[in-house]
Amino acid sequence: MNASDFAAWIRRAAELVTADAERLTALDAAIGDGDHGLNLARGFGAAVTALDGLPAGTTPGKVLIGAGRAIVSKTGGASGPLYGTALRRAGKTLGDAAEPDAAALGTALRAALDGVRELGGAGEGDKTMVDALAAAVTAYETAVDGGAGLPAAARAAATGAAEGAEATVPMVARKGRASYLGPRSAGHLDPGAASTVLLLRALADVTGGEG
Amino acid sequence: MANVGLVVVSHSRRLAEGVCELAREMGVHKVRVEAAGGDVDGGLGTSIELVENAVRAADDGAGVVLLADLGSSVLTARTFVEDADTSVLLADAPLVEGAVAAASAAAAGADLAAVVAAAEDAYDQRKT
Repeated sequence: MNASDFAAWIRRAAELVTADAERLTALDAAIGDGDHGLNLARGFGAAVTALDGLPAGTTPGKVLIGAGRAIVSKTGGASGPLYGTALRRAGKTLGDAAEPDAAALGTALRAALDGVRELGGAGEGDKTMVDALAAAVTAYETAVDGGAGLPAAARAAATGAAEGAEATVPMVARKGRASYLGPRSAGHLDPGAASTVLLLRALADVTGGEG
Repeated sequence: MANVGLVVVSHSRRLAEGVCELAREMGVHKVRVEAAGGDVDGGLGTSIELVENAVRAADDGAGVVLLADLGSSVLTARTFVEDADTSVLLADAPLVEGAVAAASAAAAGADLAAVVAAAEDAYDQRKT
């Protein structure tokens, strides 16, 4: 994937988040404060604007760092620092590479997960975006270890994210506003996990169906 | 002599300003206490840009301590601290009690670490 591919990923993620903004907000209204879709659409919209300001010949790392910075600035809710940190950590991990391969992207995705965990303090099973992201990263790494190319690994990550998100439904929340609901948070899909699925689906979309 | 400054990060502009009002009083108006409350439009939310502006205004040269209410305020404050190039720390403290304790310590000339410690000790002041 080169810098244009990474920019396409962010643009595709913005499209998917915007298209699903109402659904994300409805999920958030059930157990959170009901602003997730709106916030994230604004944040990713700002990320797309930031991409337009990057110079020609930029690197994949700078694309992710620039997008992450815009998301931190403009999102407005907890998802801003979390997704912003994920993208910036991934971008820093890619370094100056002009065209990271499947393994390098896997390392960056793992760094994104670590960043989200450190910032939010959530682990797997807490009913957060970590459940979807951790499942996605594990599925991606397993695919690459099994010889998959980047497109197939990205598809595996998208599937893993969806499974990880689905697994949040019966969970009792231990982080964020939903944790105040205790057992009443069970039975709802976590909105952060749902939006994480969209980001991984966007990656699978832009890397195409081959390999 | 420069005093450590404080920034109150809250989802609500009015809550942040109210906490600042109290903390300024406790800092006997020797301490810079700045609010970073709500989103940029004045609604409920958090904005790292407001935090950045408030930190700049609060910095008298001795560093700045952030106090945050909850959720995205805390995550935004942590993100800011991670990126900050000045001496900025987030106190793990209850908002009101922490701000009052920090302002009192800062007014007495405590350094950055001591102001953070004063804010964090506020957890020990039980109410029942």
